[in-house]
Amino acid sequence: MQTANINRLTPYLFLAPAVIVMTIALMYPIGYMIYASFLDWNPSQRIGEADFVGLRNYVNLWSDEAFIESFLVTIKFAAIVVSLEMFVGVGLALLLDRNIRGMSVLRTLFILPMMIAPIVVGLMWRYMYHPTVGIFNRTLKSMGLEPIPWLSNGDWAFTSVIIADVWQWTPFIFILSLAALQSLPQSALEAAKIDGATGWQQIIYIKLPLMMPVLIVTLLLRLIDAFKVLEVILVMTNGGPGLSTEILSLRISRTASEFRELGEAAAMSNVLLILLMVLTLGMFLYNKAVEVRNARLVANAEKDV
Amino acid sequence: MSDVVYEKQNPAFYALIVALVVMSIGPILMMLMTSMKLNVDIMSDTSSLIFMPTIRNYETALCDMLWYTPEHVGYCDPTFGRALVNSLLVAFISTVLTLVLGCMAAYAIVRFRFMGRDMVSLTTLVMRMVPPAVLLVPVFGIWTFQFGLDGTRGGIILVYVAMNLPFVIWILQSFIVQVPIQLEEAARMDGAGPFQVFFLVVLPIIKPGLAAASIFTFRVAWNEFLLANALADRNSRTVPVTIVNSLTEYDIDWGVIMATGMLLAIPPIIFTFVASRQIITGMTAGAVKG
Repeated sequence: MQTANINRLTPYLFLAPAVIVMTIALMYPIGYMIYASFLDWNPSQRIGEADFVGLRNYVNLWSDEAFIESFLVTIKFAAIVVSLEMFVGVGLALLLDRNIRGMSVLRTLFILPMMIAPIVVGLMWRYMYHPTVGIFNRTLKSMGLEPIPWLSNGDWAFTSVIIADVWQWTPFIFILSLAALQSLPQSALEAAKIDGATGWQQIIYIKLPLMMPVLIVTLLLRLIDAFKVLEVILVMTNGGPGLSTEILSLRISRTASEFRELGEAAAMSNVLLILLMVLTLGMFLYNKAVEVRNARLVANAEKDV
Repeated sequence: MSDVVYEKQNPAFYALIVALVVMSIGPILMMLMTSMKLNVDIMSDTSSLIFMPTIRNYETALCDMLWYTPEHVGYCDPTFGRALVNSLLVAFISTVLTLVLGCMAAYAIVRFRFMGRDMVSLTTLVMRMVPPAVLLVPVFGIWTFQFGLDGTRGGIILVYVAMNLPFVIWILQSFIVQVPIQLEEAARMDGAGPFQVFFLVVLPIIKPGLAAASIFTFRVAWNEFLLANALADRNSRTVPVTIVNSLTEYDIDWGVIMATGMLLAIPPIIFTFVASRQIITGMTAGAVKG
């Protein structure tokens, strides 16, 4: 009798600690943040002492030019970075999907940039972009060219930040697309080869369409992460010069710590969260749709047999 | 392995591979080299490849943890040594806690089927996308005013465990699904209770999953800056926080800062070389398997 009880309780016992931790340290803060976005709150106050101001924080955001600017910078950054990385990453995967010696060493080296701390990545690039001791300007100088103001001119700073992010995250897309390529059904490719498809035709008509589900999930994962980038940019430019590289997460952290407007920072966080939520839901629905379609295909195939 | 036939490739192909390797590890090597240079060498105009390697910068960073006093260090700044200890403690404890809680939860979700799996994967996905920047304001407020955990290592550990749990549960569940149920039934026949089945039968089988999950958790806890910066006080600062603090606008001591950066980068680099297979499995598990 007692053992039966224990057995029935086991799932809850196993699940409880994780659920408790996530509730108090993840769900509760998020709910709290949504509430805080309706308050006029500064860091020296307890939340109970803050005044309720309704939607004022949100209204302020839309008239706040700096916020709009950093919103646009974020979107621009994410769009450029993700399309560049997809293009290069998938291209390299198609090119390197061969039976060569040392492929696993290559993959190991490629994941290094993703594993080391974003702070350190920012540090390395800041050093390389350094106006006098950095390698880029040194090389330019030794070739007799004008040095480039990598981090001190708005447009260049934006480009520099993009280059660093592409360096860090292209391998992610490369590795995922390579894994997708190597799990493609060989029969389709062989059939195409027998029918005399050229390399390009194989890529366009067979490989890419078959990889599409993985590619779309990869794209969305990367897009979500691109909105989360913070440390690399913080170390490299701290959002400057001006607002040229001030992405939304940086804006949130500055609003909270420098301008001491916690309510407004919470409202910004909410905007960012909603943006990401839409992307995530899109990804989830896409996954579901693919699953349903596959199930239907399998069912149809079985009916035909 | 010896019967694998490698295709012969065009030389241009190898040139491309060499270029890619140089591009991907070049910046890291440059950091390593800079960390072993004296400031005179860093600033000098001559070629950057020829220099006398020195460990002075590392000695400066770690001065209070050495058994001897390096003579070139005039004043020993204990900030970095303390931060290193904090980082190690925070990363190790939060990894262990996350793994224990995560694999119990994943097991319950897979085996007992009392909750929709879709629900779990949706929640984990949603939680996975929450950026640390979004947690900044509420975590600062709650930890300071309600839990009284600001400025402690425990507070930082708590956020990290919560942040990492969704991903760990998700990845472990994909490994536990593959454990044959017959094994567990056999153990239960032999009189093992649910806890014994879990610890003695299931855990040893999903070791690769545990390795992948622990590396990812450790990496997040070890590398995270924003929340640690908001929560830590002078005594509980972690390494990323001290690095950012020492980056002033004008007078940057590149040699020392690169040495600290290198020390921060070393553990993830070691993991990468030891367990790249598991890391790649963890990375692709989400997207490729769906």
